[in-house]
Amino acid sequence: MGRLTVNLCGVELDNPIIPASGTFGYGYEFAELYDINMLGSFSFKGTTKEPRFGNPTPRIAECPMGMINAVGLQNPGVEKVIAEELPKMRQHFHKKVMANVSGFSVEDYAYTCERLNGEEDIGWFEVNVSCPNVHGGGMSFGTSPEAAAEVTAAVRKVTDKPLLIKLSPNVTDIVSIAKACEAAGADGISLINTLLGMRIDLKTKKPVIANKMGGFSGSAIFPVAVRMVYQVAGAVNIPVVGMGGVSSAEDVIEMMLAGATAVEVGAANLIDPFVCKTIIEELPRVMDKYGIQNLSDVIGGAHHG
Amino acid sequence: MKQGIFTILTNQPLTDTVYRMVLKGDTSAITAPGQFVNIKLDGLYLRRPISVCDCVDGELTLVYKVVGKGTEQMSTMSVGEQLDVLTGLGNGYDTALAGSHALLLGGGVGVPPLYMLAKTLIAQGKTVSVVLGFNTKNEVFYEQEFKALGANVTVTTVDGSYGVKGFVTDALPASYDYFFTCGPEPMLKAVYKNTVTEGQFSFEERMGCGFGACMGCSCKTVTGYKRICKDGPVLTKEEILWDA
Ligand SMILES: Cc1cc2nc3c(=O)[nH]c(=O)nc-3n(C[C@H](O)[C@H](O)[C@H](O)COP(=O)(O)OP(=O)(O)OC[C@H]3O[C@@H](n4cnc5c(N)ncnc54)[C@H](O)[C@@H]3O)c2cc1C
Ligand SMILES: Cc1cc2nc3c(=O)[nH]c(=O)nc-3n(C[C@H](O)[C@H](O)[C@H](O)COP(=O)(O)O)c2cc1C
Ligand code: FES
Repeated sequence: MGRLTVNLCGVELDNPIIPASGTFGYGYEFAELYDINMLGSFSFKGTTKEPRFGNPTPRIAECPMGMINAVGLQNPGVEKVIAEELPKMRQHFHKKVMANVSGFSVEDYAYTCERLNGEEDIGWFEVNVSCPNVHGGGMSFGTSPEAAAEVTAAVRKVTDKPLLIKLSPNVTDIVSIAKACEAAGADGISLINTLLGMRIDLKTKKPVIANKMGGFSGSAIFPVAVRMVYQVAGAVNIPVVGMGGVSSAEDVIEMMLAGATAVEVGAANLIDPFVCKTIIEELPRVMDKYGIQNLSDVIGGAHHG
Repeated sequence: MKQGIFTILTNQPLTDTVYRMVLKGDTSAITAPGQFVNIKLDGLYLRRPISVCDCVDGELTLVYKVVGKGTEQMSTMSVGEQLDVLTGLGNGYDTALAGSHALLLGGGVGVPPLYMLAKTLIAQGKTVSVVLGFNTKNEVFYEQEFKALGANVTVTTVDGSYGVKGFVTDALPASYDYFFTCGPEPMLKAVYKNTVTEGQFSFEERMGCGFGACMGCSCKTVTGYKRICKDGPVLTKEEILWDA
């Protein structure tokens, strides 16, 4: 047991640092730069039942201290992920990986998780309920406790692996949604996904992004993420994976004090491809500075007293 | 790909809005003309992609046009200041596919990557004809630099104030056996229609990462989706699907 070790739903992580889904692909680009086995784990690109090209471009807009993306869940589909991406990933990464899954119906989610369930090196499912429900008028599953619970229960039936439900912050009461997922059998809650945002170009007087709106992430959303992690961690009895705007070892400790057992790093990887390596290397020094012996001791620290 | 700290050796205007910046640093990841670098600037979240214009012995030349906040900030930087740069991004042009007489067609700030390309092709003993397109006379840059390499150079201006009046496609030479192009999309489309041989096109897209991780820059091609930043920015004529 090292100073950075944490336990996420029964699986031990060498450290709590996990690159967030959609910002790390299947790891290859980063494996060119550093040994990605130093990571706690990583969450692979959101995978769906069918292949998806995603949205038209431009898909990216810059914001003060952040960015908006409207990639639209581009991925090769679950069959190709199993046949091509995971075998390739295994050449670079030898730890348990987090399988991020998206869907557009309850059946989609269950199908994709069931297909992936046989993959030995998947340590956790991270089910992204921020997607629109095509049978539910296009409302995101993550915006109602009932729909989020329905997805949770359906996936729970097809896997015994640890099941994290990844919540959308674009809701009025995130706590009720987290509790509904917990009651439906989730082993953990992952949050936050991106905040719905938009930019308009003054020169063209049109939205920058072809899809008009997209998901806002990066340093700017950190305070919102800390608040939501704090609220959810205070209300459920299952582990919370915190993310949103994390870009330094200090941010990681703050997220953990809010109640996160592990911490994902998203957009920051795109700006500084070495950011996760740097954070892991910096953590012991920053822990010393704040008198922290073991990182696992600080989880939820801000809730006490 | 490599991340490196580069020091500014020179940073001077070539025209009212176009600057040349020469940087010193580790350029070992740059392996082909047509690749680009991605530059971190203080106070701006995303990096700025700029093509490699030239690269010799740890000296990297960039030519950029001031169009917004980032390029404006670059234009005010002084000799000795440092920049965090990701280098060796993108596939670059494949010069092995060219025959003995290559045609290079550049429009505006699509011209810079063609400089290192021309240099490479000439070093391979190939004949190089270059057509450089600009809007008007005072926007013209790099004509002399291409001539100094030994290329046959034609300049076009849309308003006819310098060189041939019209677009690059109005000044195509009678014979060439392969072409390379970079410029704004309407120009690339015109080149696609008006050229008679195979060739390679360099594309631009808004980027999140610039190294293949975010899927921010994907486009559809004949052979499936490609990331402009990693599988591009250069695509061959036969793989292009317009407006897809
Ligand atoms: C592969 C590639 C090579 C390039 N090479 C050159 C070059 O050699 N010389 C040159 O002058 N310009 C080049 N560009 C365009 C250059 O990246 C943009 O002009 C620059 O990013 C604008 O930044 P800004 O902050 O000044 O503009 P702003 O409009 O303030 O930028 C806002 C955001 O939009 C992005 N953006 C704006 N315009 C473009 C564009 N045309 N392409 C991609 N992203 C854009 C910026 O990167 C930034 O994220 C290249 C672009 C790409 C994709
Ligand atoms: C380019 C990009 C693509 C993303 N794709 C996914 C995805 O496929 N599935 C998912 O659950 N979250 C996705 N996200 C959300 C991130 O995983 C993360 O929840 C969010 O960006 C907040 O963290 P950050 O501020 O550190 O980026 C994506 C984010 C970005 C920037
Ligand atoms: S810009 Fe991120 S994949 Fe191309």
